[in-house]
Amino acid sequence: MYRYDEFDANFVSQRTEQFKDQVRRRLAGELSEDEFKPLRLMNGLYLQLHAYMLRVAIPYGTLNGRQMRKLAHIARTYDKGYGHFTTRQNIQFNWPKLEDTPKILEELADVEMHAIQTSGNCIRNVTADHFAGAAADEIADPRPYAEILRQWSSLHPEFSFLPRKFKIAITGAPNDRAAVQVHDIGLQLARNEAGEIGFVVFVGGGLGRTPMIGRKVRDFLPEEDLLAYSEAILRVYNRYGRRDNKYKARIKILVHETGLEELKADIEAEFERIRFGVLRLPDEEVRRIEAYFAPPPLEVGETVSGAVENRKETDAAFAQFIAHNLNPHRVPGYTSVTFSMKPIGGIPGDASDAQMDAIADLAEEFGHDEIRISHEQNVILPHVRLEDLPALFDRLVSAGIAEGNAGLITDIIACPGMDYCALATARSIPVAQRISERFGAPDRQADIGELKIKISGCINACGHHHVGHIGILGLEKKGEEFYQVTLGGSANENASIGEIVGRGFSSEQVVDAVEKLVDTYLGLRSGKEETFLEAYRRLGEAPFKEALYGAA
Amino acid sequence: MKVITANRLLNGDVVWLGDNGSWVERITLARVFEGKEAVAEGLAEGAEAERNQEVVSVYEMDVTVEDGIVSPVRLRERIRATGPTTHPQFGKQAQAVSA
Ligand code: HEM
Ligand code: SF4
Repeated sequence: MYRYDEFDANFVSQRTEQFKDQVRRRLAGELSEDEFKPLRLMNGLYLQLHAYMLRVAIPYGTLNGRQMRKLAHIARTYDKGYGHFTTRQNIQFNWPKLEDTPKILEELADVEMHAIQTSGNCIRNVTADHFAGAAADEIADPRPYAEILRQWSSLHPEFSFLPRKFKIAITGAPNDRAAVQVHDIGLQLARNEAGEIGFVVFVGGGLGRTPMIGRKVRDFLPEEDLLAYSEAILRVYNRYGRRDNKYKARIKILVHETGLEELKADIEAEFERIRFGVLRLPDEEVRRIEAYFAPPPLEVGETVSGAVENRKETDAAFAQFIAHNLNPHRVPGYTSVTFSMKPIGGIPGDASDAQMDAIADLAEEFGHDEIRISHEQNVILPHVRLEDLPALFDRLVSAGIAEGNAGLITDIIACPGMDYCALATARSIPVAQRISERFGAPDRQADIGELKIKISGCINACGHHHVGHIGILGLEKKGEEFYQVTLGGSANENASIGEIVGRGFSSEQVVDAVEKLVDTYLGLRSGKEETFLEAYRRLGEAPFKEALYGAA
Repeated sequence: MKVITANRLLNGDVVWLGDNGSWVERITLARVFEGKEAVAEGLAEGAEAERNQEVVSVYEMDVTVEDGIVSPVRLRERIRATGPTTHPQFGKQAQAVSA
């Protein structure tokens, strides 16, 4: 795993000291709130409805047991015993006190963690496929490149005051699990005919109030050009991106308003100027960083485990878990296991301090001390022996994170919504909970198959509703919560933005509406293999619209 | 009818402007303002408290008063006054039970 070098350690501890002093000056009245707010935001500290909120970075979603235990400790000591994993692979604490935050940041620094680049108009933490370094379909581990980008972007003086926030995501596999096409820059690792590694580059994807799928600007960017090309994109954005209107300031608007061809030409021109300069990535440097992410020693084993097969025969919950929560590993005899942070009727992404401690223990015992957080708000052990699955499952059951629902209809993404968020127009979590209860029966979920529901509590789209197979956006109408439903969104390699089906639904009606959509799909699918999304793409919106609103 | 609300600087707690410049933890104890001028005075008191490092994010909000009980009009403010609806054990609703 990546370890801080001396530079990083100094940088983080300096930043913690700085913030401690800023908090002291704020409390002493030397800084006004207007002066202090940008400083606290740079350190991940927001003010929400009930309290402050601290967003802690988990770069590319990778952490170890010691770090997870520290998060548990923070939840227990400074918060109310829980944290919330987010769609950006971060964790948020909902109740920290301002006076405690310098201490919390110190504690985080002890385990090489921080809250830098979780907020503000800078290049945010780079996100990556949560199965990175383990997935059977992977061309290469994307995290070394994510780390190279992090080192380049951390406190990059030229890019600390961008027109708006800037998000980069990277996947190492052709099956995109990192939603790269809805990021400002999306990178997909690829090999050219000579077998060399490079990237397909997308620019200008994003969600929020103007959702857009990223446009491809390069079919193959050689590895050595990663930073120079990224810098060229950022420079063009920094120069031409709009600063007059924050709703039009993301790079997606620039792509849209300037036109792809012209922007591409601008990027290429800038790239040609700096291409052979200091940003050219030497091969040794990439290999050096790669070594930090070297996989643990894994012994090749049997691809089928007798212990697993036997247990499946007699234990339906275990069989369901095995059917849905495993991802194929590149080493035979191993698998990547998803711990569902979506218990039926529970709060998507919430983890208690006890659960975090349990995850840390399990990672150390069964998972070579590696943990991942997914943008789908689940926790993953990337390297688990098949043989260990029965024992691991028993422990997950005790910890309450054993639901076999990964990728199913109850594996819902939901933003904090109006239960916490100062910007919300409606609640999202309770809607997720009610849908989960409605469809929670194991057979029913399994029969429905892959179906991604994503819920946001306002137009900012932190819950990715635009790319949900069924997306739900909470709005306010005449003082009441009101939910708009979109269909056909997707965040994978065939990304698409969902379309609004028709008028929205009240809080009481929205779960019934989802059920009608699901029943329509079940009635019309060509067979069990045809997923909801495939059926929607084949059938179009008409039958779904009719189910919701009657014949036109 | 309006009350003035804010969060305490030190711990982020939701508070409302009460009598004599105090900031109270229960909306039922909030001072109710009627009329533009009264509200402006309340906001000015709030701004002063913000300058004194007591509170942040001061603003006015709509309430109704029935049988002397002050209740927020908007759902957002009802949730601020009680706590997350998903966690009845946290926020002010929890204090109300234990108090
Ligand atoms: C609770 C405090 C939060 C605030 C104040 C906040 C604010 C915002 C705002 C203003 C935007 C729109 C930005 C734009 O389009 O320029 C946004 C987008 C987004 N936020 Fe949040 N957010 C919060 C929590 C979260 C959480 C909990 C998550 C993850 C669950 C998250 C993930 C995202 C994502 C994925 C987007 C859309 C992607 C994009 O930038 O295009 N945010 N957020
Ligand atoms: S989508 Fe809106 S309500 Fe949800 S977390 Fe983002 S800003 Fe808050």
